[in-house]
Amino acid sequence: MTDVLTPPPSRARRELGIALLRTMIRIRVLEEGIEKHFLAGEIPGFAHLSIGQEAVAAGTCANLRADDSIASTHRGHGHTLAKGTPMRAMVAELFARATGVCKGKGGSMHIADFSVGMLGANGVVAGGFGLVAGAALSAQQRKTDQVAVCFFGDGATNRGPFHENLNLCAVWNLPAIFVLENNKYASTTSTAETMKIADVAVRADGYGIPAVVVDGFDAFAVYDALGAAVARARSGGGPTFVECKTYRARGHFIGDPERYRQKAEVEDVMSASDPIVRLQATLGEALSPDDFERIWREARAEFDDAVAFARSSPSPEKSEAFFGAYAGDRDASDAVHRIEERERAAFLPFAPELGSGSHGGAH
Amino acid sequence: MPTLSFSDATLEAMREEMRRDPTVFLMGEDIAKQGGIFGQFKGLPQEFGFDRVRDTPISEAALVGAGVGAALTGCRPVVDMHFADFITCAMDEVVNQAAKLRYMFGEQCVVPMTLRAPDGITKSAGSQHSQALESWFVHTPGLEVVVPADAEDAKGLLKAAIRSDNPTLYFEHKALFPQRGPVPDGDDFVVPIGKAKTMREGSDVAILTYGITVGRAMEAAALLEADGIDATVVNLRSVWPLDYDAIADAAARTHRVVVAHEAVRVGGVGAEIAAWIGEHCFDDLDAPVARLGAAHVPVPFAPVLQEAMYPKAPMIADAARRLARREL
Repeated sequence: MTDVLTPPPSRARRELGIALLRTMIRIRVLEEGIEKHFLAGEIPGFAHLSIGQEAVAAGTCANLRADDSIASTHRGHGHTLAKGTPMRAMVAELFARATGVCKGKGGSMHIADFSVGMLGANGVVAGGFGLVAGAALSAQQRKTDQVAVCFFGDGATNRGPFHENLNLCAVWNLPAIFVLENNKYASTTSTAETMKIADVAVRADGYGIPAVVVDGFDAFAVYDALGAAVARARSGGGPTFVECKTYRARGHFIGDPERYRQKAEVEDVMSASDPIVRLQATLGEALSPDDFERIWREARAEFDDAVAFARSSPSPEKSEAFFGAYAGDRDASDAVHRIEERERAAFLPFAPELGSGSHGGAH
Repeated sequence: MPTLSFSDATLEAMREEMRRDPTVFLMGEDIAKQGGIFGQFKGLPQEFGFDRVRDTPISEAALVGAGVGAALTGCRPVVDMHFADFITCAMDEVVNQAAKLRYMFGEQCVVPMTLRAPDGITKSAGSQHSQALESWFVHTPGLEVVVPADAEDAKGLLKAAIRSDNPTLYFEHKALFPQRGPVPDGDDFVVPIGKAKTMREGSDVAILTYGITVGRAMEAAALLEADGIDATVVNLRSVWPLDYDAIADAAARTHRVVVAHEAVRVGGVGAEIAAWIGEHCFDDLDAPVARLGAAHVPVPFAPVLQEAMYPKAPMIADAARRLARREL
């Protein structure tokens, strides 16, 4: 696929560019902040940063409606924020607070926000393909014009579910869009060592899915490619594959010793291609230095507010550990509730810190 | 009450639920044009169209994954696994996705997906087409697991599984498909998940079982009757949630319990039940719980080997007899 939307009038284009830039700066500020607070010990678990890849999240989600779905990866902060989840709800989730978007049960790697169609980051590489195929199938079954977007990395394209789901979406002509963030590394292993092709997009051809390769540092290029793909999916034209050539400026996870690449490589790529710098340059005089600074200031204020919110929020009640796996497990009339209540009763006598003196006499 | 084959009872359940709820749809291999390898889907695409009854590629991971995605976004998919053994090709989708998402995401979503999984030993299907795998899924929080024993269960549990907001595995034994039995009529008939059914009451010994082994236990009870031993047979119907009230009740009434299933004995559902009885019904017992299941080997091909390695009526009767006579 080579055709893209005709660029809108330049004023609208400028406004779009500023909106994309704002999203990218918010993602950058959020992730630099996550890094800082993770290293300070305020964020438990694992966290994976997408610094360098912000143009993909921003350019993609700017084409989507709130009722369109996305599925994300373990590196999903940018997608989540770009799809519309408030920073407070995200940061509180990462801080493992009850006010987090997943009540503190998901964390960075399993953050989701169904109110904006964000079907979840996923701790399993390639975990999102089926969810997106299903969301697209659901739209087709329910006869809506919703679309579903799967974000994934180059590493995921070496797993079976990638191939099974691309084929399924193609053969059923589902409104699914596959957005590859080719950041050159699968965890710590270079793509050059794990596949023999230069463009992963050629794999889409094997399933009869049209593919386009775009500069993933260029937010406008991503936006335009996705605009065409979304329009195509919405009008019943079926799936599209968009390969965004990008780069992961941080390690696989926060704390990664990065023994597999030289620091100079990261510096070279970022000094030449930082997507925020690139977009600022593209916008030129359309964005004054003051306005640029103001976007950064606002993003930092938003993040500081989110951290203050998270810090002042309570941890989940310990008893919450026992609830939520099943629909019905909070309903005393439900069979699942009754059996899980018995399991809790059997467990609690051995867990005095959970504060139940009752002995597990289950019948 | 009309009499139906187990297969037709599942078909009636599908038909009623698809009429009742337009978001219910069905997908799997060989189901639409072929009607299913056991004829269990015959006529459905003619009534509901090939969009709601979909033939699929041989892509179990995609089918279950797409089932989860559709369930998250407003549909009630039913995914046919062809053979239960092939769930192994979609374990991530069942265990890491379907079972976990509601909990991990702080209850923002439900996953109302039904997996139909024809299982069990029949006709020398061999090691890769004969397994009973329910205990794996009982061990995974977030899933419901039901195992129909007869045509009545087949209809009522399938309807309950489809209506459940939780991901539900429905293990249907291949050898049961042609068996006929009475099935209550009407859309409103549903077998509640988590509720056992006492098939027969006797005071000497209780046989707790589910699925195809219920029939074998009933045969065993007839053999025991000839020896003057009166057996209770409990059809558990659901293996998660288990009906612990029915289990405790049977232990309290008979003081001697046999737990039996076709799945491998080691680490099986019977182990959970026996342990639970030990924890909660110790004072009711006059004897240790006897636990029967398949031998800890793959299911063999040769009929003579296949028939030797799982519990049937004589083995169940023998265990019950020895319990009743205090030989165990």
